Parts: sequence; C-alpha cells; structure tokens
Amino acid sequence: MDFLQPTTWTEALAAKAAYPDAMPIAGGTDVMVEINFDRHRPPAFLDLTRVSELTEWGSEGGMLRIGAGVTYARVIGELGDRIPGLAMASRTVGSPQIRNRGTVGGNLGSASPAGDAHPPLLASRAIVELASVGGTRRLPLHEFFVGPKRNAMRKDELIAAFLIEPAQGPQQFSKVGTRNAMVIAVCSFGLAIEPERRRVGTGIGSAAPTPVTAPEAEKFIQGVLDEHDLWRTRASVSEAALARFGELVAATARPIDDVRGTAAYRRHALAVMARRTFTWAWNEYRGAA
Amino acid sequence: MRIACTVNGRTRVAEDVWEGSSLLAVLREHLDLPGSKNACEQGECGSCSVYLDGSLVCACLVLGGQAQGREVVTVEGLASGEVLHPVQEAFLEAGAVQCGFCTPGFVVATHDLLSRTPRPTTVQIREALAGNICRCTGYAKIIDAVHLAAERLSLPLKGEGPGGGAVQT
Repeated sequence: MDFLQPTTWTEALAAKAAYPDAMPIAGGTDVMVEINFDRHRPPAFLDLTRVSELTEWGSEGGMLRIGAGVTYARVIGELGDRIPGLAMASRTVGSPQIRNRGTVGGNLGSASPAGDAHPPLLASRAIVELASVGGTRRLPLHEFFVGPKRNAMRKDELIAAFLIEPAQGPQQFSKVGTRNAMVIAVCSFGLAIEPERRRVGTGIGSAAPTPVTAPEAEKFIQGVLDEHDLWRTRASVSEAALARFGELVAATARPIDDVRGTAAYRRHALAVMARRTFTWAWNEYRGAA
Repeated sequence: MRIACTVNGRTRVAEDVWEGSSLLAVLREHLDLPGSKNACEQGECGSCSVYLDGSLVCACLVLGGQAQGREVVTVEGLASGEVLHPVQEAFLEAGAVQCGFCTPGFVVATHDLLSRTPRPTTVQIREALAGNICRCTGYAKIIDAVHLAAERLSLPLKGEGPGGGAVQT
C-alpha cells in the first residue's frame, strides 16, 4: 500500500493523476471507518491534511470560497455569522472530536444522502469546485450528487473547495435523530430565505437517493409571499400555506424504509421540519424589520 | 512505513507500521501507550480521545501517517510522573470511574473542555462530552467530576494571584 503525502495543491493533483485509485483522506471520519472495519482496502492513501491551500477560505466575487479541508469546527467558529445554515448543520455533526477533524469537503466526497452539510448547501445553491492536473471545473451542487454515495467526480479529480453566498436572509436547519449528538440523520432539512430576491431555498437530507431540493415547495411558498405582499408587510404566513409548504417538501422526498426509520415517518417528519424551519426563519425576518 | 512524531513531549518513532493503521494502533501497538482505549473504531465512543496538534480527536480516525511530525498528547501525558492531573483526581474522588474503560477518553475530553471553558455549565459539559460513551452509564458522577475539577482548577494556585488557575498540561 502506498502512502502519498503532498504538501501543495499542485503536488496533490499530480499524485491523484498518477494514482487515480488512491483514496483521498482528510479528517478521516468516514474513510477510517471503512479501513478499520476492512470494508475497503485502497491501493494507496492520498493524505490531504498537509495541503494548506485546502484549509483556507476567502471572498470571491460576492461568494465565499471555502477550501475543502475546512473543518466543521472552523465553519462554526469562523463562518457562523456569514453562513448560519451550514453552521447550524455543522453543530449537529458527530461530537467535538468529529467536528475538530471532519471537513465539508469530506462530506461532499462521501456524498452520503444523509450528509449533514448537504441540505444547507443545497438551500443556498452552493457550487463545488473540482480540480485535476487538466484544470478546474465548477458544478452546481445538485448536479454533483448522482446517486447514493456517488458524485460526479472523475478519478483524476479532487475537491478543491465549495462556493456559497453569504446568507441573504434568515437560514435554518433541522435534523431528526435518536440523540442530540453523534447521530446520523433519519432525515434533515435546510432552509434559506432571501428577501431581496424574494426567493426561498430548500434542501432535503436522508430522504432520497441523493440530497435534493424541493423546487415545487419553493415555488409555492414564493407565490404565497408574493401574492399577499408578505415580503414587504412582513405579516404572518397562514397556517394553511405553511402546511401546504410542508406537504410539498414531503412529496418531493423519495424516502425508503431502513433501520433508522420508515419512509412514512420520514415524509411526516419532513413536513413538520419544513413548516417549523420556515416559521422560525420567517419570524426572524419579521423581527428584523 | 516509519512514523516519527512527538508524543507527550518526547520524539517517538514507530517502525514497520502498516499504511492503513490508525494513530490509535500506532500508540497502543507500536509505542507501548495503551492508555487510549480501543472500543468502537468508528469515532462513536470517544475512548481513544487524544490531542493532535492541540486539537481533541479520536485517535482511531486519524491515519497513522497523518501524525507524522505532529504533536500528540495522550492520557499518559496528563499526569506529572506519579502525581495525577486534577481532572484525574476529580474523577476518582467523585466516583466517576466504574469499569474504567471509558475513563481515559473522558479525562482527555474534560481536560480539553476546561482548557477552553474553565467553569462550564452542566449543559456545556454534556455537549462537550457528547462524543464519549460510558456503558456503565455513570454520567451523573462524571458530570460531578467535571464540576469538581473545574472548581479545583479555577482556584488560584499556590504563589499565584487570581487567574492563575489555567489547566496544567
């Protein structure tokens, strides 16, 4: 088994080109479980923790460009005010030990339908930056997820960063699990409201083969807000409209029965989470007037 | 592969390590440091909690080679020779040790918590220790021990003025 330890991004990309089957590893919180249980024995490891470029973040044309190696603990500590939805989701990841080590880039690489970072990233229409020795390409997140634990990366590519807009309004995240910590989502929901654009963004986790958005629900609630001039008046949204929003979110999901919960339960919980997170976010918007 | 890193303040070298070995395996099987416990091997239980470059991590989820040249502190590095660290003393006194298997992880995680939050509330303790599991379920006494350690460590040490109660490392 080979152990590759590049110290620059250029070296890392060259290593991935030379060893396309090498397993990239950063925080190791997913990869090491596979190794420890002998579920996977890669021909080589590509350790990305020495590549300082991956741990940096900064602004780029109104977006934040966040290196794939930024940990959940740093998202919470350094970016919580700018991207509160992702920070809320990050707080629900594992434990302090896991958040100190696990990275958003790793969550994207694993591409689990249950990945906690995915719903808030989808709600904010985040973009993934992939790179190889041949160049860089950027994909909208919804095109990046192609199946359960499968993403659109080529074998010679690594995840460089993700791009996300600083919050344009209130954001929320909700997750159902058996404990308040150390738990994989039974299902989860991310929400972002953008008053300037009169837009509502959604992201559903752990209730379809991939993380997905709920475009019908977004269109419906945007219509309600426009029709009743609620963005301007900041009046409350009717219970009927909130309930319908929840139903449409639930209808978008394609959940399955598994050890963590039934499809019916997931649908029900999603409708509740959608209604609640929207209410919380809308109340924040009303209070901010 | 060969892994050289600083462990508890000393340079240590592990020879002939399999590339897929975790830092936990390196510590326990190559460096004769069995204090960090091996239980779940998937980051769920916290019994292998150590510091890696000052950050609290599960040693089972760190690939051995990732520790190359880094600084590791294990539970063995907290006591000063035969003198237990105040966190360890507090665990003993509060009856927070039953079978003892989870204790090293809890001690390291508590040490980390108190270095950042010297007087944590019970809620803060519960959140900080959420990644450590005690299958004897002795959580009440563990939380008592953390409060006790916090109290002790917050008292000014002999010969020091107020504020001299930082966690000793």
